[in-house]
Order: sequence, then structure tokens, then C-alpha cells
Amino acid sequence: MPGYSDPGFDTLALHAGAQPDPTTGARATPIHLTTSFVFESSDHAAALFNMERPGHVYSRLSNPTNAVLEQRVAALEGGVGAIATASGQAALHLAIATLMGAGGHIVASTALYGGSHNLLHFTLRRFGIETTFVPPGDLDAWRAAVRPATRLFFGETVGNPGLDVLDIPAVAQIAHEAGVPLLVDSTLTSPWLIQPLALGADLVYHSATKFLSGHGTVMGGVVADGGSFDWDASGRFPELAAPYDGFHGMVFSEESSVGAFLLRARREGLRDFGACMSPHTAWLILQGIETLPLRMERHMRNTEKVVQFLASHPFVARVGHPLLESHPSHQLAQKLLPRGAGSVFSFDIKGSRAQGKAFIEALQLFSHLANVGDCRSLVIHPASTTHFRMSDEALAGAGIGQGTIRLSIGLEDADDLIADLQRALKAAEKSAAAPTAQAQAQAQAKAGA
Amino acid sequence: MMFYTVNGAPAYCYTAGKPFDPAKPTVVFIHGVLCDHSVWALQSRHLANHGWNVLAVDLPGHARSQGEAPASVEQAADFIVALLDAVGAPRAALAGHSWGSLIALEAAARLGERATHLIMVGSAYPMKVSPALLDSALNTPEKALKMVTVFSCSTLAPPSGAGFWVFGAGMALGRRVLRSNAQVNLLHRGFTACDSYARGEQAMAAVQCPVLFVLGEKDQMTPPKAAQTLANAARSAGRQVQVVTVPVGHNQMTEAPDATLAALRGFLAQA
Repeated sequence: MPGYSDPGFDTLALHAGAQPDPTTGARATPIHLTTSFVFESSDHAAALFNMERPGHVYSRLSNPTNAVLEQRVAALEGGVGAIATASGQAALHLAIATLMGAGGHIVASTALYGGSHNLLHFTLRRFGIETTFVPPGDLDAWRAAVRPATRLFFGETVGNPGLDVLDIPAVAQIAHEAGVPLLVDSTLTSPWLIQPLALGADLVYHSATKFLSGHGTVMGGVVADGGSFDWDASGRFPELAAPYDGFHGMVFSEESSVGAFLLRARREGLRDFGACMSPHTAWLILQGIETLPLRMERHMRNTEKVVQFLASHPFVARVGHPLLESHPSHQLAQKLLPRGAGSVFSFDIKGSRAQGKAFIEALQLFSHLANVGDCRSLVIHPASTTHFRMSDEALAGAGIGQGTIRLSIGLEDADDLIADLQRALKAAEKSAAAPTAQAQAQAQAKAGA
Repeated sequence: MMFYTVNGAPAYCYTAGKPFDPAKPTVVFIHGVLCDHSVWALQSRHLANHGWNVLAVDLPGHARSQGEAPASVEQAADFIVALLDAVGAPRAALAGHSWGSLIALEAAARLGERATHLIMVGSAYPMKVSPALLDSALNTPEKALKMVTVFSCSTLAPPSGAGFWVFGAGMALGRRVLRSNAQVNLLHRGFTACDSYARGEQAMAAVQCPVLFVLGEKDQMTPPKAAQTLANAARSAGRQVQVVTVPVGHNQMTEAPDATLAALRGFLAQA
């Protein structure tokens, strides 16, 4: 086993949190598919329940395989620890539910994944948590939205799918002036492209379903804590800085100066809401993370080629990637995301919504489905799928038009991806000339009349 | 949260939420440079729930405690003695980690028979700090903190059980404690106090209780052999000495929490 000598990102991606199994010598992390763990004695059992000794009790709370994943993500993000959850949405919910209850208020970016927008705008409102949405680049709007009840700022490293880059240092500063933490969704970027905690964010989470696992096989989430936010000094978080009746009056910020959020999230959120991750899922995500640096490099290389192709294609009206100087976040991306702003982006074709549909249906290599961050290339029409619950105004705020198409660039040969896109763009162009079946039927009916 | 007024300033002690009980024995936990009470989280919580009064301190000027940050081991030892007086603890076991081990030693020497046990975790004497590290602590504390955190870790797989990453937690705690005192560079002041302490053998000669050393086999900060001078001094003074070696680095309490607790429990069980 390697010793600790300030290892780099690629080494941490392979080794952080893992060691050969002390019982069997197994080099790969074992999958501990067990609900529970035998106690050494009654005293040991009581000590585990009372957080006096390290170890595992019940896999809803913690599990050895999951703990490896949690340490690994914490290491890659530069955090103090992490918690694996059933999905990215579960990670977001766990973070919010740990920090506030009814009466709480969130200030969030308008440029969010549709599912996150849905949770904040509709579902949490039903539970008494309000959200004010602000354009991610409008720093005055972030500041103006703060209320006495505000408990959290929330945004995505790059907005889905417009790729508005969140100015993490600036937004974090405003959050901290208001006495609240900044939570960042880094799903589309992964820690290989950006480490939000180092830039000032306090909490970061991923849908590990995407780039961390990388193969489109599992659902999972993980939330990491930077340990930087002072819950006591803020005065807004009795959940972490005052005695908690649900755990014998424990004051989490007293138990752990830098891990209070994680303690409460695990001891309350995982315990009571129960959105835990299966150890088998954790293992698959660990498999993915082992090659994360290699995959991300290839994702970025392919994305650059595809973006260049689309940007120069006469049937493409707009390409929304910060690689291009025309993108509003180009300069900020150069500063915060020097390795690239991700391989999920959108573009608009010069044509009708029907032509957009024709484009998607003509693709052969790209898979038409609702996911991103797969090793295979993917395509979807956000306005009618991932973001379909949003109003036109909210869609515009997120940078989505009726003709917008989202791509997730995979690891195939870039030339094959470009050939597929070229063929589909041609098909879309031709479809404008060819009457649709419906139009043909209408024309025939009219002729008959 | 438990605060005692010591030398006119509020001093924070983690007690696991329990009030001081004069009928119970007391153990004081003393942290090292740029740390706070939470480095003893598991051990202090366990003992507080197994018959002990626990006083896991934030040293003056550190984290939640106010007052002037100690500039020497001797000043810090005076604080520990004053704390016990303020609490009303007639006797106490003293446990210290790294710099805290020297503070515990010096306090035990001053307390004489009032000290029931002396536990020195990750200790060395002399505890010299390289001029380069002292300079870095003064001028580039973030760089020095990273250096110390790297040297303190011995594994990429600490047995946290609950997803904590020891390296990241060490960095975050160091940054937080550094920020907690706007007047004093606690990293530089603490290292200077370690470096300049010269009373180790004299203090050990005055100690009247059994002594336990808990040393990390892979400790790059305070290698096991660096504790031999004090162990020999204790033996020469006729003290009962135990040495327990755990297979980790300088983060004995977090990299080997169970082994460290077992060593403490076994030693404290001795009258």
C-alpha cells in the first residue's frame, strides 16, 4: 500500500480510501453486501451507536464499500468527508434538509438541471421551503435575494444545459457575507475539471450517475463538505450548533469542528430519510472513478472537436459552449475551468422544432435518452424532456429555446461522432423540403374536399 | 457548551455535554499545534460515557477559547493547572498529543500528586522544528500547514468508518484554528513553543504518576525513537512507564482510533 506523500489527483482517484482487504488480501475494494455488522460485545455495540468508536452498524447509515467511495470523493474534491446517497437528487435533498426546515429560504441560480428546479420550485415549497431564483451571473441579484430566513446559496458549476459558468469565488463571498454556505452541483464538471471547495464553495455534490461512474450503469449521488463554513459563527444553523434532541442533545459543531454538517446529515438525514446507496452501486462508481482522469481528458478532446465542427456548420445557429469566444462565460471559464467546461452542451439548428426532431431521429451513434456523462455520446431535446415542466420564461432563464438540442459527448472516435452529426444535420435540412406525413394527409384531405 | 473562566478569560472544554461530577475521576485532553479539542473526538466521547469527567480543552486563543495564546509549554501548563483549579478538580489524568504532550508533561510536573496519569501521544523531546518550517509557518502558513498535514498522515485509507478523509479534515481544522485568532499566528507560535522547550528531563523527574507513551510506528513528525529520552527519564525517576506503538503516523487518534483508545483505557484503569 502506498504511503502518504501528497499524492496527485490521478493517484487519489485510484487509491484514496482503499487498501488491500486485511482479511483476504483482495486488492480491489470488496463489495460489502451486508445490511449489518456483528458487534464485538455489548459495550462495543453501545459505543458504536453513541459515536464513541469508528465502525459500521447498519448499511443505511454507513458501509465499508460506501466509506471508500466517500473518502475518495472527499479526497478528489479537497473536502473533509462525504456521504454517498441513492441519487444526485437525494444528495441535494440531504444537503437542504440538513440545513433547514419549514420557513427556510434558498437563493438559487436560474440555470439548473430541470430536476433540481423542480425540487426547489415545486416540491420543497410544499414543505415550507421557499426559493428565489437569480441569474447566475447577476451578483447584485444574489445579494438582493437574501432574506433573514435564507439558509443556502445554490448553483451549478456550469448550468445545465446553457453552461453559464458560476463565478464561485464571487458568489461564495456574497453567501458568506450573508452568513450562509454555498452549495454547488458539480455533476457536469467532475473534480477533474473544477474543485469548487478550493474556490470558496462550502458544499459540493454530484449525481455520480454521470461522469463519476461514467458508464451509464448506476444511479447514485455524493455530497462532500469542505469543512470551511463556521456554523456557530453564522448563528443561522441551530441544526448544527444547538443541542439536537434526536441524538441525546448532541451539538454537532462541538463534536466535530469541521465535520458537523456530515455528522448531522448522516445521523439524521440518512437515518430518517433513508436515501442510502447500495454497496454494489458504490463499487461500480469506484470502478468509474479509477479512470475518471483518463476519461475526462478524452471527453474534453472530443468535445473540442465537435464544438469546432458545429460552430462552423452553416445549418447551426448557435453553439453554447464556453470554448467559443461568443459564449457569455468564455472568459470566466478560462479562469475557473482551464481544462474545459465539460462535454455536455447545447446548440440550436437553423430550423423548426420539427427539423430538430428530424435531426435527433437521424442520429445513429448518439443515443437519444435522458442522461449525460456516459462514455457513449447522448442527445436529447431539453424543452420537451428534462426541462418540460418549466415555463417559457424559466426556460429562457436557463438558456433553453424550443429548438435547443443537448449533446453529451462520449469517448468514441471524434471523427465518427462528427460524421454522425453531419449526416443528421443534412437529414434535418432535407426534412424542411419534404412534407411530413401529417402535412401530406392534410394536403390530401384538402384536395379531396 | 462548557466554558470555564480561567485567568479571567473564557476557556472552552468539550465534556460530551456532561456537567462536572466531583465523584468521578477526571481526564484532561490537550491538543497539539493548530488543533482543537476535536482531535480527541472519539476517545474523549468514549471516556465521558464510561465514568470519567472529560475536559478536552481548546487552549487559550485557540478556536472557542479566548485569552492570550500560550507562547511556551510552560505558559500552557500554567493554564492547565489554572483550569483544574477553576473546575474544582482535585486530581486529574493528563493526556496530550504532540505539543500537547509536552504541555501535559509540564503540567503533571507542576501538579505533583494531583496528576494521576500522564499520557503522551505522538511525543518527542526535544521537539525541534526545522528553521525552514518555522519560517514557512511565519510567512506562508498555508504551505506550512500542508507540509505538516502531509507529514502527519501515514495512509490513504484511514479507518474512519463514516466517510471522513483525515488529510482533508486536518487541513480544514488547521485553517479554521488559524483563522480563529486574528492577533497571533498560532502555527508559528505553537511551533516556536515546541522548538524552545528545554525542561523535558527536569519536568519528567518531577512527575509522580505513571506514564504512558502512545507512539506511531510510521510517525514522521515525532518518530518513536524521539520519545526515548523522556521514557528513559521517567524510568530513571522510578516512574512506571508503558510504551504502546500503533501502526500509523502522527494522527494516532484518527488513524488508529481504537488502538489509541484501548491503550488509554488500559492505562487509565490502573489506579
